[in-house]
Amino acid sequence: MSDVYIIGAGIHPFGRTPERSGLQQGVFAVRQALDRAGLDWRDIQFAYGGSDAAGKADTMVSELGLTGLPFINVTNGCATGGSAMFGAYSTVKSGEFDLGIAVGFDKHPRGAFDPRPADWGLPDWYGETGLMLTTQFFAMKIQRYMAMHGITRGTLAAVAEKAFDNGVLADHAWRREPVDAETILASTMVSDPLTKFMFCSPAEGAVALIFASEAKAKALGLPAVRLRAAAVRSRPPGSFEVFSPALDVDRGLSPTHIASRAAYQMAGIGAQDVDIAQLQDTESGAEIMHMAENGFCADGEQEAWIAEGRTRIDGILPVNTDGGCLACGEPIGASGLRQVYENYVQLTGQAGARQVPGDPRIGYSHVYGAPGVSAVAIVERA
Amino acid sequence: MPDLPPPIDDRLLYLDADGTPALRAARERANGRLVFPAPGEADRDRYEDVLLPREGRLWSWTVQRFRPKSPPYAGPEAFEPYAVGYVALGDAIIVEGRLTGAPLDGFAIDMPMRLVAAPFTLDSGERRTIFAFAPVGGPAA
Repeated sequence: MSDVYIIGAGIHPFGRTPERSGLQQGVFAVRQALDRAGLDWRDIQFAYGGSDAAGKADTMVSELGLTGLPFINVTNGCATGGSAMFGAYSTVKSGEFDLGIAVGFDKHPRGAFDPRPADWGLPDWYGETGLMLTTQFFAMKIQRYMAMHGITRGTLAAVAEKAFDNGVLADHAWRREPVDAETILASTMVSDPLTKFMFCSPAEGAVALIFASEAKAKALGLPAVRLRAAAVRSRPPGSFEVFSPALDVDRGLSPTHIASRAAYQMAGIGAQDVDIAQLQDTESGAEIMHMAENGFCADGEQEAWIAEGRTRIDGILPVNTDGGCLACGEPIGASGLRQVYENYVQLTGQAGARQVPGDPRIGYSHVYGAPGVSAVAIVERA
Repeated sequence: MPDLPPPIDDRLLYLDADGTPALRAARERANGRLVFPAPGEADRDRYEDVLLPREGRLWSWTVQRFRPKSPPYAGPEAFEPYAVGYVALGDAIIVEGRLTGAPLDGFAIDMPMRLVAAPFTLDSGERRTIFAFAPVGGPAA
């Protein structure tokens, strides 16, 4: 069993790139990761890759080189990137290979996702009558949370405002203009209580991460982070998930909660040890709820946390330092890996204008998706 | 019996003689857990048919303010926003559905709600009956 390191990372800017397919954006990210690490595609012994809607990752070998490496396609909804990373992590940890890559990419059309009920084991009427929308789920989850735990609309707006402020500083972000809280609150209501600027949009982009064994990482001597934990969990009984025509009366934990606790256990640390966090923020309410589900604060404490700026880049726990999904958009297959990319860049001191001060040591990332899956990774500056 | 169009799905709604609706669900024989929507005929040995309670309290809600993509949405091209919510039906199960019988800003968590049959027009112009929840004591849908 080897410790697992991330020794290189590449990203194709998120947003809209009409001239490149999703696959081409994936190739771009892989090449950038290799270039920055001074490695060649022929050095890579295995790959995991995937997209939700932009094609088969393993076809990248036609552009990257026909080296014969094992290339495993991963399709796991919003956790596609997280699952690809879990595959790469397990492969290096097992000792099977000592240098590999995980790549995620996507390219979605404009507007909300348009799922087919049968793909989710649901009857057609659920979609036909206009109930099958991710936006409704997010709105109803935060609506109830606000009522139970005293979260205000101003806090929803403050989270989005922070995301756009951070996006201004991130060269891979899509939205790079600040938007003030007043404008966010006054923008078009999409699904009450969430306005247009509180939601992220489906988008395009790609991320590649290079994984190495401890021996390989030491031999290469590149800027690196050690992967202390990578956990993927599906939903426990009584959770509240996207695309649920009904919920059990007995309410339970979330997949995020159990993935998070598993990751802390693997890493042998607690939430109080984390220096920066990238939390799934498909809308601003999600970031608020995920702060508690990942153990960073108790339910309701977010109101004070955000009012005091504790999650800003100069706060005690900077959250979504590149603007998260709100500023970067959500290319499903790439989104979870973007979070790890951002932690890698931050912990290796390469984040430029958005660099978190004080030499952050521990980075936490969390992705969530339908039909109830979460992936958490914890990395430490090597 | 009032002249209601056919239910949008045969397995969704039970309508009694005066048109009062109930949601068709299933109870898993092994553990008593309620399942809605009811699973298909193939699983009949694992489940028994049950009707869900007709009243409960609003658990959460929102408003659908843009027209969903078609497919899967089958409503008319002309779009009117509608409210959506989850209603905790007694101690049984929490069910998602459209909300009706009040203005879009007229819903609040814990409000007493009841099941109603509601008209739904397909994009083809054909009419179907769906279910919705309305505030108890409010105007009939």
